[in-house]
Amino acid sequence: MSEEKWTVNFVVYRKKGEGAPHYQTFTLEVSPEEYVIDGVERIWAFHDRSLVFAHACHHSTCGACGMRVNGVEKLTCITRIRDVTSNGGTLRIEPLRNFPVISDLVVDMSRLYVGMDKVHAPAVHPLSMAPLEGEGIKPPREVPMDDGKEYLRLADCIECGLCISACPVAGTAEEYLGPAVLAAAQLQGLGRAPDLTAVVDCVDGVWRCHSAYECTAVCPSSVDPGWRIMDLRRQVLAQRIRRWFGGA
Amino acid sequence: MSQYHAIVVGAGFTGVAIAHDLALRGFRVTVVERGPIANGTSGRTHGLLHSGARYAVNDQESAIECIQENQILRLIVPDAIEPNGGLFIAVDESDLEYREKFIQGCEECKIPIRELTPKEALRIEPNLNPKLLTAFTVPDGTFDPLRLALAFAATAKSNGAVFHLYTDVVDLLTDGQGNIKGVKVWNRAADKRFEIEGDIVVNATGAWVGQITSMAGIRVPIAPTPGVMVAYDKRLTQRAINRLNKPGDGDIVLPQRRMMVVGTTSFSIEDPDYVPVLPDHVALMIERGSELIPALRQTKERGAYMATRPLIGSGAPGRSISRTFKAYDHKETDNVEGLVTITGGKATTLRLMAEKTVDLVCKKLGVNVPCTTAETPLISYRKFYVD
Repeated sequence: MSEEKWTVNFVVYRKKGEGAPHYQTFTLEVSPEEYVIDGVERIWAFHDRSLVFAHACHHSTCGACGMRVNGVEKLTCITRIRDVTSNGGTLRIEPLRNFPVISDLVVDMSRLYVGMDKVHAPAVHPLSMAPLEGEGIKPPREVPMDDGKEYLRLADCIECGLCISACPVAGTAEEYLGPAVLAAAQLQGLGRAPDLTAVVDCVDGVWRCHSAYECTAVCPSSVDPGWRIMDLRRQVLAQRIRRWFGGA
Repeated sequence: MSQYHAIVVGAGFTGVAIAHDLALRGFRVTVVERGPIANGTSGRTHGLLHSGARYAVNDQESAIECIQENQILRLIVPDAIEPNGGLFIAVDESDLEYREKFIQGCEECKIPIRELTPKEALRIEPNLNPKLLTAFTVPDGTFDPLRLALAFAATAKSNGAVFHLYTDVVDLLTDGQGNIKGVKVWNRAADKRFEIEGDIVVNATGAWVGQITSMAGIRVPIAPTPGVMVAYDKRLTQRAINRLNKPGDGDIVLPQRRMMVVGTTSFSIEDPDYVPVLPDHVALMIERGSELIPALRQTKERGAYMATRPLIGSGAPGRSISRTFKAYDHKETDNVEGLVTITGGKATTLRLMAEKTVDLVCKKLGVNVPCTTAETPLISYRKFYVD
């Protein structure tokens, strides 16, 4: 890693209680190899202890540090400063959209968690249910675990909320389940979890999506919710057709 | 029963586990945390659910705690764990020399291990260094740090605990004779300052315990000891991979979701509030990690970060300090009533740290309710956000 130093203006969204929101600029010397969250944390540590921001794992497994960086949803712990600005440039740091702002850069994501709960999204999958095809990370099938059980794996979706923030529909339809939730339903499959049909086959479910694919564009975790929503529509239609012909 | 009010400072692993334990034992619980849940050391662990084998030779007290707690956490919080086991592998002669001590240590600590031939090891984990000399299976796992903490916090909340996040403790309330009666806080989200009175204040701030105790003029022997961890953009194994040798830099490589995480280094600092990610430490991680899994060299870095362990003791270099924990009753150590400090330990032992701390609190207050956290499954972490 080089010793290169950049000067970057962090223009940060600020809001406290009922007070009016405003932007505050902090000029930092950074290494372009650092991640955006490192800059935000330094603002708190050395410039302004009143700054409120969320973060936990710093390596994209927890989903806590989602923000908008120059207008685009980013998981700030894996967003290198080099990739989003230049020496002497600006980083406009704002909270995610389509969620209520608690303060500064922190939003209330209960909307997402309520939805994930509604579709019983599993946090841990058996490996055979995890969408890893083509990733070359499956263990050889003939090798079971020591005790004969199947491998388990934490789900790809880290519930970071970037997809809901980027979704052009989520902003106008508060009840819309949103990309992450519909993707979680698709992953389980309506064949395997038929009770999910009623949850997703409704005006605030799969049919609300306008196929903008912004969710897929910002997802930091390879979930591809846009494709999954389209596939979920196919599953819903297949079920309806089966019903018309007298199937279960 | 008269309901005592306990104030827990810190919502990292120790704080949330203590809040859960206190709530189960009938306390009224208030948690004060300056950031969101698990924003300090806890969130930034690499996520190894230790089998204890890492400590079975040098630090058997920690090793025994780990294997016992490992079994308990699998049962009470399966939502946050990839329970796929781990391997210790030898890749050079010095590793092989450690083999006998390792077998003996694991036996003494009752950690179940099984030796594999290099061929067997490479069959179940084809990305391991093909030159490996021997391998042992161990019951390691990987956990999701935030969701592990959230599951404890959610369960505590469902049992009545109140969480004040983004709220700094700015001072301790005293009775005028130096005894602690509560905390003065600053909620930074609403920009409001207020006081919370309680019967006991539990300082569970890990590497930051000194910042709280200094408000009462007390020093605790704690050495904030950061280390770097680096995440890589591809999952190369199913199991946690450990170097068969004494604890050292970059000796643990573990899978998590679609990533591999390599950790860690160990050095000393004074102020844990901000620790830079040192480029030479990052370079060392790829160096050491690829000795275990050569394909890491062709894998893109996804993130690099520092976490500051709270090691008990002062002055000694990091690796020689025990990874066990200690709860201090400041009445006994400093003649200050109303304040208990818990520090040291590690993520895998969070529940046990809470049990011992709450045992101490109960003894002080004359509460006779046993701990039941080992038998109590936690509710979904999502319930922390969903009422």
